[in-house]
Amino acid sequence: MNKEDQKRAPIYEALESFKKKRVVPFDVPGHKRGRGNPELAQLLGEKCVGLDVNSMKPLDNLCHPVSVIRDAEELAAEAFGAAEAFLMVGGTTSAVQSMILSVCKAGDKIILPRNVHKSAINALVLCGALPVYVNPEVNSTLGISLGMEISQVEKAIMENPDAVAVLVNNPTYYGICSDIRSIVNLAHAHGMKVLADEAHGTHLYFGKDLPVSGIAAGADMAAISMHKSGGSLTQSSMLLLNKGVNRDYVRQIINLTQTTSASYLLLSSLDISRRNLALRGEESFAKVVEMAEYAREEINSIGGYYAYGRDLINGTSIFDYDVTKLSVFTLGIGLAGIEVYDLLRDEYDIQIEFGDICNILAYISIGDRIQDIERLVGALADIERLYKKDRSGMLSGEYIAPKVEISPQKAFYSSKVSVPVKKAAGKISGEFVMCYPPGIPILAPGERITEEIVEYIVYAKEKGCSMQGTEDPAVEHLMVLI
Amino acid sequence: MEIWFSELHTSNVKLSVRIDKQLFSGESEYQRIDVFESQEFGKFVALDGDIVFSEKDEFIYDEMVTHVPMAVHPCVKRVLIIGGGDGGVAKELLQYTSIESIDVVETDKLFVDVCKDIFPEVACGLLDPRVKVYYDDGLRFLRNKREEYDLIINDSTDPFGHTEGLFTKEFYGSCYKALKSDGIMVYQHGSPFYDEDEDACRSMHRKVYRSFPISRVYQAHIPTCPSGYWLFGFASKKYHPINDFKPEAWKKLKIETWYYTANLHMGAFMLPKYVEDLLEEEEKE
Repeated sequence: MNKEDQKRAPIYEALESFKKKRVVPFDVPGHKRGRGNPELAQLLGEKCVGLDVNSMKPLDNLCHPVSVIRDAEELAAEAFGAAEAFLMVGGTTSAVQSMILSVCKAGDKIILPRNVHKSAINALVLCGALPVYVNPEVNSTLGISLGMEISQVEKAIMENPDAVAVLVNNPTYYGICSDIRSIVNLAHAHGMKVLADEAHGTHLYFGKDLPVSGIAAGADMAAISMHKSGGSLTQSSMLLLNKGVNRDYVRQIINLTQTTSASYLLLSSLDISRRNLALRGEESFAKVVEMAEYAREEINSIGGYYAYGRDLINGTSIFDYDVTKLSVFTLGIGLAGIEVYDLLRDEYDIQIEFGDICNILAYISIGDRIQDIERLVGALADIERLYKKDRSGMLSGEYIAPKVEISPQKAFYSSKVSVPVKKAAGKISGEFVMCYPPGIPILAPGERITEEIVEYIVYAKEKGCSMQGTEDPAVEHLMVLI
Repeated sequence: MEIWFSELHTSNVKLSVRIDKQLFSGESEYQRIDVFESQEFGKFVALDGDIVFSEKDEFIYDEMVTHVPMAVHPCVKRVLIIGGGDGGVAKELLQYTSIESIDVVETDKLFVDVCKDIFPEVACGLLDPRVKVYYDDGLRFLRNKREEYDLIINDSTDPFGHTEGLFTKEFYGSCYKALKSDGIMVYQHGSPFYDEDEDACRSMHRKVYRSFPISRVYQAHIPTCPSGYWLFGFASKKYHPINDFKPEAWKKLKIETWYYTANLHMGAFMLPKYVEDLLEEEEKE
C-alpha cells in the first residue's frame, strides 16, 4: 500500500471543488441544496444537505464509474489488499447478496454456516440456490454458535461435490473466527469459491495482531461493513474481490438491485473512511483493542459476568478471536442478555449493540473514549448489585439444527397459511423468524418447525427480544406451507 | 483597552467579565483550561469555556457542600471528594478535627497542577497529611469501594463534559455502595432556571431519588453560575438534613464561615415553588 496515494480522497475532493463552483441546480434532488426543505436543512445542517447531490460528469456515476468513483474504488482495493473494490450504498446486505448472486444460480448449492445473517438466506430466496448448512459447534455455557470446523466443512464438501461456493463469517457477531485459510484451501481444491461475510471485520484489514482478513486468507470475495468498525456513514459498505474474479460481471450483478441515485453522503464517507483507515487504521485499532481488553478485565473483576476473549480459542471451532469485540455472558447474574441490554438503556442511558438470551455485545470502536468505558463498566457493576437474581429457569441459547425441507425460494413463493406460533410445530416455515439484532434466523423459509423452535421463539419474546421476519408484526402467527 | 471573557449561559444569554490579563491557557487530555485575572471576580478558572470557580465566589460552593452535611452527620471520619482538584472543599473540611482522612479523586492532573501554581492559598488544602490525591476516573475509583466513607462530595459541576459519568445512575449507585450505612452524599445539582439546564437538573433528582432512601435539594446564590442560582443535592442512607440537623453542636465547633450559618442551613432547604414542583414531578413514577 502506497501511503502517499492513500492520502487522496477523490470523491471528497471532487465534492469540495464542485461546492466552490456554486452551480445552479436544475437537476435532482428537488430540495435544491436544502432550500426547498428548510426543516431538513436545520436538522442536518446546510453543509450536509448541500452535498446531497446527483451523479453528474464531474462527480462520476456509481453504476458505471469512470472517473472519481473509479479512482476511489482503486484506492480502496489497494488499501484492503484486494484486486477490486466496489463502493456499496445498500448496506452490507447488498454486498453479501451481490457475492452470492455472483456465484450462484438457481439450483446451485452453497455451503454456509447456519448462523449467517438473514441477508445471505434472502439472497437464496432471490436466486433459487440451495443452502447446505454446516452445523456450527455450540458453546453450551455461553449459548452461542461458534465457527465452522474444518472436518465439518470437509464433510459438507464431500457430500456435496457439486456445491459452487462456501460462505464464511469472518468473524461472527460475537468475534469468533473459523480457520478461513484452511477453508479456502479446501474449497479451492474442490473448485469452489469462498465468500467472506466480513460485516464485523473491516478492522481485520488494518489492525495489528488481529485475525486474518478474508482477502489475505485467499477468499474470492468479501463483504465489508465499512459503517461498523470502519467509521463511515450507516448503510455504506464495500465489496472486495480477489484476483481471478470477473469484476465486470460482478458490477452487472450489483446493478441488478442497486439504486441509480447513489448518495454522495455515503460515497464520500466511504472515501474519507478508507483514507483514515489506510493512514491511521493501525494506531486507531490498537487503541480500540486496548480499550476492549481493559473493559474485559474490569468487567470480569466485577464477578458474575464473563467477558470472554482469546481464552476461548480451541484451534477448531474457535480458531481465532477478534479482541475488539466486547461480548459478555450475563446468565451468571441470573439475567438474560436482553434484560441487561434493556436495563442499560432504560436505567443508565447506555445503548449497546445487542443482547441475546445469554450475552450482551458492546460495540467498541474508533469513536470511543475511556470515560465512556468507565460508565459501561460502572453500570454493569451497579446492575450486578441491584438486579442480580437466581439463574434457575433461565434458558440457555442452544443451537437448534435446522431441517431444510425445500429451497428457501420455493418455500417463500409457495401457498401459505397463517397459524399460531404455538401450533406451528411440524409444519414447514414459509418465512423468517429472528431476533434483531443480531439478525441470525431462528427459522428460515423451507425449514421444518419443531417444538424446540417454538419454545425458543416464545421464550425470546417473553424476555423482550425484538423479533422480526414474520408477516405478523406481533410474531404471534407464522406463515406455514399448506 | 478592553478584554472581555464571555460564557454562554444559554444560546441567548451570556455572562461577560472584564479581564485584566490571562494567567494560563492549556489543553489537557480531557479539557481546555484557562485562568484569568479580573477586577470583579479576582482570579478565575474556566474549563472548556465555563467558569468553574472564582476567588470572589468560590467560598459559597465550598462552604455549602461542606458544612451542610457536617452539621447533620454526628461523626464524619472518612471523606471522599470527587473532582475538587482545586483543593477548596478539602481546605474547608480540614477545619473539622473529627475528620481522619480525605481522599480527593481528580481525573485531570493538569488542572491540579495549575491550581497549585496559581491558587496556592486554596490548593494548600491538598497538602495536608490527612488529604490524599488520586488521579483517576471517579467511577473507576469507586468501583471496588464498599462501605468505606461517611461522606462523599461530588464537586464536579458539568453533566455534559468529560465528567458526564459523575451524573449517572451508575455513579450514584457506586456512591451508595461506597458509603457506610449512615453515609451522606452531597453533589452539585446544577441550576434549574433556564430551560437548557432544567432537564439535567430533573434527571439528576430522578436518579438520586431512586438510589437513596433520603434525597433533598438545597440552594445557594452563586453569581458566576447560570442565572446566579445554584442547587445542591443531599442524599443519605440514614440522616435527614433538617430532622437530624444539630445546630448547637455545630455552633460549638466555632468554625469560621462567610456564607453558611445555622439559620441559613434551614433556609437553604426551603425552595421556590417552581423548583419544588419540578423536583416533585421527578419523584413520581
